[in-house]
Amino acid sequence: MKLNELTLAESLAALDKKEVSIEEIYRDLDQAYQAKNQDLNIYLSLNKTALAQAKKASRKPLRGLPIAVKDNFCTKDLPTTASSKLLNGFLPQYESTVTQKLKENGGVIYGKTNLDAWAHGSSTETSDYGRTLNPRNTKHLPGGSSGGSAAAVAADLSIAAIGSETAGSIRQPAAWCGTVGFKPSYGRVSRFGVVAMASSTDCPGPLAKTVEDACILLNSFAGPDEKDATCNKEKAPDFTSFLDQSIKGMKIGVIYQDVKEIAQTNEKLLEELNILKEMGVQVEITKALDPHHAIGVYTVVQRAEVSSNLARYDGIRYGKDRSYFGDEAKRRIMLGTFTLTKGHADQYYNLAQKVRTLYLENYKELFKKYDVLVAPTSPSFAKEIGASASSPMFGELEDMLLEPSSVTGLPGINVPFYRDETSNLYLGANFIAPMWQENLIIKIADAFEKNTKWNSWRNKS
Amino acid sequence: MSVNNSQVKHIAELANIPITEEESVKIAEAFSETLIVVDRLKKADVSKVGVTHQVTGFKNILREDVVKQEQSFTQKEALANAKTTYKGYFVVPYVLQSKDT
Repeated sequence: MKLNELTLAESLAALDKKEVSIEEIYRDLDQAYQAKNQDLNIYLSLNKTALAQAKKASRKPLRGLPIAVKDNFCTKDLPTTASSKLLNGFLPQYESTVTQKLKENGGVIYGKTNLDAWAHGSSTETSDYGRTLNPRNTKHLPGGSSGGSAAAVAADLSIAAIGSETAGSIRQPAAWCGTVGFKPSYGRVSRFGVVAMASSTDCPGPLAKTVEDACILLNSFAGPDEKDATCNKEKAPDFTSFLDQSIKGMKIGVIYQDVKEIAQTNEKLLEELNILKEMGVQVEITKALDPHHAIGVYTVVQRAEVSSNLARYDGIRYGKDRSYFGDEAKRRIMLGTFTLTKGHADQYYNLAQKVRTLYLENYKELFKKYDVLVAPTSPSFAKEIGASASSPMFGELEDMLLEPSSVTGLPGINVPFYRDETSNLYLGANFIAPMWQENLIIKIADAFEKNTKWNSWRNKS
Repeated sequence: MSVNNSQVKHIAELANIPITEEESVKIAEAFSETLIVVDRLKKADVSKVGVTHQVTGFKNILREDVVKQEQSFTQKEALANAKTTYKGYFVVPYVLQSKDT
């Protein structure tokens, strides 16, 4: 077996026992990169000093292991493009808090991964630098916007990866690529230095081979940051402390079983959840507020915040001028401007923020009865390449099942729950919990992963 | 609701986005398609709720009002990515005109 195929936990253990050296891990990873990256188009740039940095990090918690980072995190002296031509050639003068903390904990940025330009999308097809392909089946899309990071994990082109989510951008590509994707509570991780999209929901998080790996990686960059005023001032818990816990007696509400478009996916999920019942969990179908409304909420709120956040790109202090925005960014900035103009703000923006309140209240009610809620992450398997051109609302429709929990800031984790043998494509389940209670979804997702056959690293063929 | 391309051109001006005539037509179509989906929001009963702008519930997060050298750029760093500079300043587009010109 090649060493780049190890999980993060396995790599750490192997290094500590001196069974492998950090040079050997980088050698195998470099070879895999040479063999696969050109076709899959996962990395936009590589960190040429990665191995040198790794050697200096041998005593730190992450031991110098190579981590893929989405190219919307500002990284000092490493190009940061947000997959847009407008930021082509931009070398940030400062480091994002997430990558700063990653480095302090001994993680090394192996390279910067592709995304939908400005993270506006759910396919990684709208990148100005070409689409990324799904490593599980290259006729299909990896999802997005953190599609490069999800694909890096699925193709073993990194030990683990970092992405960011505004409404589905970690969990949906994780589902389509058959990996774990963990979006913590909004405010659990600093947004400082992340190319902003919708500031009221943007949240960095890990994409990884296992739930355990996601927790190890999240430990390295979660927690307070005085540079982000929306960051929780409380110290983040040790997320790995919630692994291997008894889940007996926990209550799970299965939501969106009444959403007609996803009947087949729903049916498969329900079947797979039986394993949790065998482990003493109470699994019950329950009704949640119709997720279709969240498409409108997210579309309005996201466009409005985009129009404000992307106003800074004027080509004066950095980057190129506004003619370099791609079609999707132009549409989003302009629609946001429209919904905020006098006469339309009440009709759209304020209405959307009120429906957002309805979702918050609905979750409050549901969490009185259940510890965790679950539904499919995505309506279907990964779509075929070219699919994102079908509608200007492609992403919103694909992310419908995630948008309610995103606009309310809740933590959620995607774990694979099915693999189609013919296409080699995966379906993912999205477990969500109340704000700041990542512990609950970690317990459930970890138990589910370890007791089913769907995680491809835990169940090597 | 639907949006026509002259409205789109006005919005483009407000948003400082250069667009062509052809683009304005395409964008108007995309807008109308998007607004059909957004208009479904109007079916929701929001008579009893207020707006939510943020979800953490944190209020007035402040830090001490002191300059932190380690978080500040030198002039050289600040200008490092600028396309054009002049004597240590950013060069910005000319926006003010005198009455006579």
